[in-house]
Amino acid sequence: MADHGGGGGGCCPPMDLFRSEPMHLVQIIIPIESAHLTASYLGDIGLIQFKDLNAEKSPFQRTYAGQIKRCGEMARKLRYFKDQMSKAGLTPPVKTEAKCDISLDDLEVKLGDLEAELIEINANSEKLQRGYNELVEYKLVLQKAGEFFKAAHTSAVAQHREAVSEQAPEESLETPLLTDQDSKTDQGKQVKLGFLAGLVPKAKAVAFERILFRATRGNVFLKQAALEEAVVDPSLGEKVEKNVFLVFFSGERAKSKILKICEAFGANRYPFAEDLSKQEQSITEVSGRLSELKTTIDAGLLHRGNLLQTIGEQYEQWNLLVRREKAIYHTLNMLSIDVTKKCLVAEGWSPIYATEEIQDALERAAIDSNSQVGAIFQVLHTKELPPTFFRTNKFTDSFQTIVDAYGVAKYQEANPGVYTVVTFPFLFAVMFGDWGHGICLLLATLFLIFKEKKYSTQKLGDIMEMTFGGRYVILLMSLFSIYTGLIYNEFFSVPFELFSPSAYACRDAACSEATTIGLIKVRDTYPFGVDPAWHGSRSELPFLNSLKMKMSILIGVVQMNLGIIMSFFNALYFRNPVNIWFQFIPQMIFLNGLFGYLSVLIIVKWCTGSKADLYHVMIYMFLSPTDELGENQLFANQKTVQLVLLLLSLIAVPWMLLPKPFILKAQHNRTHQGQSYTPLEGEDESLQVETPHDSHDHEEFEFSEVFVHQLIHTIEFVLGAVSNTASYLRLWALSLAHSELSTVFYEKVLLLAWGYNNIIILIVGIIVFIFATVGVLLVMETLSAFLHALRLHWVEFQNKFYEGDGYKFHPFSFASLGDEDE
Amino acid sequence: MYGFEAMTFNIHGGYLEAIVRGHRSGLLTAADYNNLCQCETLDDIKMHLTATEYGPYLQNEPSPLHTTTIVEKCTLKLVDEYKHMLCQATEPLSTFLEYITYGHMIDNVVLIVTGTLHERDVQELLEKCHPLGMFDSIATLAVAQNMRELYRLVLVDTPLAPYFSECITSEDLDDMNIEIMRNTLYKAYLEDFYQFCQKLGGATAEIMSDLLAFEADRRAVNITINSIGTELTRDDRRKLYSSFGLLYPYGHEELAICEDIDQVRAVMEKYPPYQPIFSKLSYGESQMLDKAFYEEEVKRLCLSFEQQFHYAVFFAYMRLKEQEIRNLMWISECVAQNQKSRVHDSVVFIF
Repeated sequence: MADHGGGGGGCCPPMDLFRSEPMHLVQIIIPIESAHLTASYLGDIGLIQFKDLNAEKSPFQRTYAGQIKRCGEMARKLRYFKDQMSKAGLTPPVKTEAKCDISLDDLEVKLGDLEAELIEINANSEKLQRGYNELVEYKLVLQKAGEFFKAAHTSAVAQHREAVSEQAPEESLETPLLTDQDSKTDQGKQVKLGFLAGLVPKAKAVAFERILFRATRGNVFLKQAALEEAVVDPSLGEKVEKNVFLVFFSGERAKSKILKICEAFGANRYPFAEDLSKQEQSITEVSGRLSELKTTIDAGLLHRGNLLQTIGEQYEQWNLLVRREKAIYHTLNMLSIDVTKKCLVAEGWSPIYATEEIQDALERAAIDSNSQVGAIFQVLHTKELPPTFFRTNKFTDSFQTIVDAYGVAKYQEANPGVYTVVTFPFLFAVMFGDWGHGICLLLATLFLIFKEKKYSTQKLGDIMEMTFGGRYVILLMSLFSIYTGLIYNEFFSVPFELFSPSAYACRDAACSEATTIGLIKVRDTYPFGVDPAWHGSRSELPFLNSLKMKMSILIGVVQMNLGIIMSFFNALYFRNPVNIWFQFIPQMIFLNGLFGYLSVLIIVKWCTGSKADLYHVMIYMFLSPTDELGENQLFANQKTVQLVLLLLSLIAVPWMLLPKPFILKAQHNRTHQGQSYTPLEGEDESLQVETPHDSHDHEEFEFSEVFVHQLIHTIEFVLGAVSNTASYLRLWALSLAHSELSTVFYEKVLLLAWGYNNIIILIVGIIVFIFATVGVLLVMETLSAFLHALRLHWVEFQNKFYEGDGYKFHPFSFASLGDEDE
Repeated sequence: MYGFEAMTFNIHGGYLEAIVRGHRSGLLTAADYNNLCQCETLDDIKMHLTATEYGPYLQNEPSPLHTTTIVEKCTLKLVDEYKHMLCQATEPLSTFLEYITYGHMIDNVVLIVTGTLHERDVQELLEKCHPLGMFDSIATLAVAQNMRELYRLVLVDTPLAPYFSECITSEDLDDMNIEIMRNTLYKAYLEDFYQFCQKLGGATAEIMSDLLAFEADRRAVNITINSIGTELTRDDRRKLYSSFGLLYPYGHEELAICEDIDQVRAVMEKYPPYQPIFSKLSYGESQMLDKAFYEEEVKRLCLSFEQQFHYAVFFAYMRLKEQEIRNLMWISECVAQNQKSRVHDSVVFIF
């Protein structure tokens, strides 16, 4: 069916975007020695989508699982390097022009060496760092604990002195005689008192103290002081807030318990001399060693930095190479391997125009890999539906995305994307008609377009990404809204006499500005768009409403007709006369008999300036078609025309509903009868048997189902004709809302603020006006108009012809590798 | 409020229930297990797992893998998920979630105490602890010499403290004591959890009581089988059974006097839900019992996802995930030791 399509489409000039590219299923038999190079060249072209021929095999049972594992391992090493580089504050340069000529095996060895070296350097510097951090902690402990001791010493001395001074004046009988002895025994006990000094994380300090207390039944003395700055914990390598502690205890058992507790809490203990002079000595010692270590560490860091620098220079190249290799092996894994293990068989879809390119790539691969046999390229015939592939450019791409978001076109189906390029921005602009706002939008999108080169390479935020992706849509949207804005004559809701002075003027000085009654026409009709005199007049709204409403209906009927005509082209293309005679024609008659007629009436009314009531005409066309029209008559013989149209529309409904299912049934019966004879026809047996077998699988003909389907379709169309036309009135509604909103902001904010004659109020007013304009009118209104335009395309336009049940063409291409992985 | 919880459940629990159901759909499926069982090396397993939810946790591991690394990373994922849920939870769900970890806490306490008894390095023991059952002062457990000290020093700060009331003795710790302590603690924990779920009411109570009763009965059977032939008296054994579940109280009386596995079997076959479990085993066999129980448990856990608006899904998810990690550990061990014929011995398929 699709194969004959090329001839059938001859009716219209070739249009790349109108029908998706003709595709064919190709089979390539590649000798195994040139397989890798072939896949690589095909990936460079990026025009073939491979089918997975090993779908039932799990990933590690496939032929090239080992290579993929190796690539994964290398990718891991590269990630490790990247991690290390970002830790060291290096960013790999993003230039990828230089193609690296290193082979995968060499790269693997090199990466392995580099990783080992880096790990060793890291381990060394970690060891040094650990020693350094320990020393830092030790120094802190020495300082802090030294302070304890000093403080204790001075207070003890002071107490002693106090005691002495207290005792001295009043040597009475009460003074204990044994003081000296007591202090001596105290000192004797103190000898047995042990103490430990160290650091404990601040978060655990309280629990630490509690456990110490419990474990020793309160027989400890714990002194803690918080460090002002967080220190780097030697074992964790992270900054932790810590407390210096000093524990005094007595007895060996207590000591072992405390040691265990310290260990459990990750409290680092440090040797601490009681003697003040020794403390001083160790502090100087520690400081000396610290500075020594520091230089060593710095040297190590420098070395590491250099290593990372060299890695960083080639990082991007390596990364690209590894990714390419991985993609190649993934592709090769999808090919089925021949029994003889000498060649791989690939199947895939490719556009017909690319055949030569592919064959060329195959030849080059065969030559470059010194293979004795070239790859064999042949086209397979299949009943499978090929993928849909449109050759878009950066301009049409975003419009095609709008269509694809609804559903990817069936293979070679008429593509609404072609029309969307113009109709979408146009419908948007009908709702967003204001040339002031249009210019704002235009400036914003021009900014994006000029920055295109810069932005397309970098990562943008979610919303920004979306706006940037649709920059050409927005460009057209803004141009069209400048156009409709000129027609509506609104610039931030203010009318201008751009093309000529207003055609109307006051008859005398007495006529007020809020009325049209006193106005007379003094000049020719305003040449383009709405006459500015309408603005602010009492009849402004009725006039604009009537204009926009009628315009919406006209636009709607035209677009829906276009949709139905597209279904005609589809039927013609796919050779489906039933759809033309029993779907397209009655649909055209029905829609145009009712709403096409309404459109004609609207135009006639505009041209003749008649005062006929179109509601009345339309309603009584159904209610009492034979009545006289009276003053609502727009042209001669209108009643007869109406009667004919009504009758035609009524006939069109059963015409749509009844014949098609019966014809389909008859067709089916005919082919079914024919089938029983085909096997007898001799030579073409294999071909013949296959075709009926296939179709038999797909088309289990169920008459009731087809009939119900047709019934639903008919009802949908008949009701849809009414509701879809009504749906186009949203064009009017949104455009009204937009102009009213901007009027409100202009009059109630800007003019109000102006009226106060106060500079501050004016500034505030301007700021509020700008924010309201940008936030509400430019952002929210744009979004809502966008959504409504989207809906009009997806529902009202596309449901007339668009199936949208195809699937997209995803070629194996290196160009698309980058975005997938990140 | 039974029947009306559906109206208000989503205010606090809706988000987390959605999260947990999402996590659940990330569990490995039978197809995944099939593929995993066909793996030849640990690297194959890694390659397969990187295509699943475990991907981000395993992809940066250097190539000579060990079973422990795989299990560790998979557990890390479970812990991360648990912590995320706990952070988001409000009362009473947060308490419920905390209850789930107490079992691990008990295991960890027992592990450390047994370890120090055999003079193992504390740091080494800590690495073996389940990360869900960690608490601040867990390393201090090594200091304690007997139960009283254990309680007074460390456990009084933990949620396990109330469960300890029954087993404070001044006896020195030995293997037997520790095992009894574990079971007493577990009994108290299960009973407490059961009470808590009853208090929550609604579907949570209904489903959780079923799940916990199964757990209690399984423990009762295991205690009985493990204590056959030891010096544990019948009364002591009787004391270790939780005071709820299908077997309570008459089954417990009978279990308490069992002397060999076939007697246990005779007792259990009187209870229809356990009949199929035991009918799968041949007489005198107890090795496959664990697997049979696990299978039954998994079935019940999966069923709890059939109802909405209750907390048991969280319990069920954590349990299922643990089972999955056990499966992965078994498969990787089998692959690493070239015992692929035994892969199916202990893997319990989920779903």
